Amino acid sequence: MNLNELTIKEAREGLKKKKFTSVELTQACLSRIKERNKDINAFITVCEESALEEAKIADGLIKAGSAGPLTGIPFSVKDAICTAGTSSTAGAKILDNYIPPFNATVIAKIRNQGGVLLGKNNCDAFGHGASNENSMYGLVRNPRDLAKVAGGSSGGSAAAVADNMCVYAIAEDTGGSIRQPASFCGVIGFRPSYGRNSRYGIMPMGSSLDTVGPITKTVYDTAVVMEQIAGNDPLDATTVGDAVPNYSREVEAKIKGRRIGVPKEYFNLEGLDEEVKKITEQQIVKLKKLGCKIEEVSLPHTKYAIAVYYIIVPSEDSSNLGRMDGIRYGVRLEGKDLYDLYARSRAAGFPEEVKRRILIGTYALSAGYYDAYYKKAQTVRTLIKKDFDDVFKKVDALITPTSPFPAFGIGAKKDDPLALYMADVMVSPAALAGMPALSVPCGNTAGGLPVGVQIIGPRLKEEIVLRIGDKLAV
Amino acid sequence: MSISIEEVKKIAQLARIKLTPDEEKRYAATISVVLDYMKILNEVDTKGVEQTSQVTGLENVVRADEQRDCKIVKELLAQMPQIKNNELVVPEVFED
Repeated sequence: MNLNELTIKEAREGLKKKKFTSVELTQACLSRIKERNKDINAFITVCEESALEEAKIADGLIKAGSAGPLTGIPFSVKDAICTAGTSSTAGAKILDNYIPPFNATVIAKIRNQGGVLLGKNNCDAFGHGASNENSMYGLVRNPRDLAKVAGGSSGGSAAAVADNMCVYAIAEDTGGSIRQPASFCGVIGFRPSYGRNSRYGIMPMGSSLDTVGPITKTVYDTAVVMEQIAGNDPLDATTVGDAVPNYSREVEAKIKGRRIGVPKEYFNLEGLDEEVKKITEQQIVKLKKLGCKIEEVSLPHTKYAIAVYYIIVPSEDSSNLGRMDGIRYGVRLEGKDLYDLYARSRAAGFPEEVKRRILIGTYALSAGYYDAYYKKAQTVRTLIKKDFDDVFKKVDALITPTSPFPAFGIGAKKDDPLALYMADVMVSPAALAGMPALSVPCGNTAGGLPVGVQIIGPRLKEEIVLRIGDKLAV
Repeated sequence: MSISIEEVKKIAQLARIKLTPDEEKRYAATISVVLDYMKILNEVDTKGVEQTSQVTGLENVVRADEQRDCKIVKELLAQMPQIKNNELVVPEVFED
């Protein structure tokens, strides 16, 4: 087995027992990137030199006996997350020259203990997309089938983990951006409860939904990373003060007697792929065999989630992206006056979909339309959240497919924004409600494409979700 | 169409994005499809339902109002498109 194929658990063991060094492990990842990135395009930036330097320092820490759980382990980061001293474009040319002078809090937590930053992963610009075809640095191809999309928006991160270009990745999920590409590429993707992990240094999209979480090769690895990055942060006032559970111990606990809900709206969905449905149903049988109690439940407002999501998020987005104006940082195009400078810089620096989202958001928030769109969406969001609150009085977790279909062909939905928005139909409801949700690869279609199954849990009960996912992952 | 080319021009101006005539046409068409889909929300009776703008339940999160030094002044200045005497240069805001 090549070193770059190791899980966090295996890499930690090997480093501890001096079977190999962090420099060797990092070199293995870098050569895999060199070999594969030209086909997959999972990385916008590769930090070859600094990664090897960081690995050397990590080897020193390990030798001195002062290693943390992620010391010396090479990871990659979605480009919409700030990494000090390393380009962070978010997939958009307006930030082509941007070098953040600071680390996002979650990244600081990893780098401070000697995590090795390999590079920055390609993504749909500012998180806008479900196929990673909206990056201004080119699309990401699915490592399982290069003619298929990797999913989005964190497609580069999912592809990098799936193709063993890194040991794990840190990405961002607003309405499915971690879980959906993880399901398309056949890896583990975890969205924690909103407020569990600090969003400081994550380029904001829909601020009331944005979360940051890991993409890994095993559920245990997700638990290890979560344990390191979770917790209250004075720099993000939306983080909760609740104690962070010992996820890596919790993940291995038995699930016998757990009540699992099967929401009928997800399984009756028009357009649900038969193979995806079958594989998900097989997992329900598996959970039953493990002693779980299976119960059909209803989340009646599920069908409104996409409409709510695509009003609230573009609205928050249009406001958040106001800061991308070419004035204080990023790429400035000169104009004949201030207005012209803004309008030209933004026209050239954003791809088509980012502009569309800003326009939708600006429209929804504008005088005369605010009540009909934004206010209406905010009230329906309350009902969607109530569906989850009610159902979690009866069951401990929910099981659904992650995506209604496996990875689709490159270009297949490119000219139909609404069709692409509908790809989020199974992942956006939990995001609107702020619930933790995990995508676990549970099998392949006859055509060899991975299928992910989603476990959704009650707010701040990440450990239940991880525990169940751990028993399903193949 | 739910949104006209004239309206697209207006919101693009509000959003400070320069669009080509071709883009204006394309956005009017694609955004109309999206806005038409949003009408599905009219099916939902939301009379008396509160709005949800956040899910944490946290309120009035405060920190001590203390002066803190910025340790990355040089790096921040280095990100600016144009500086003069350690200050950001911007175009005129007011016309004569």
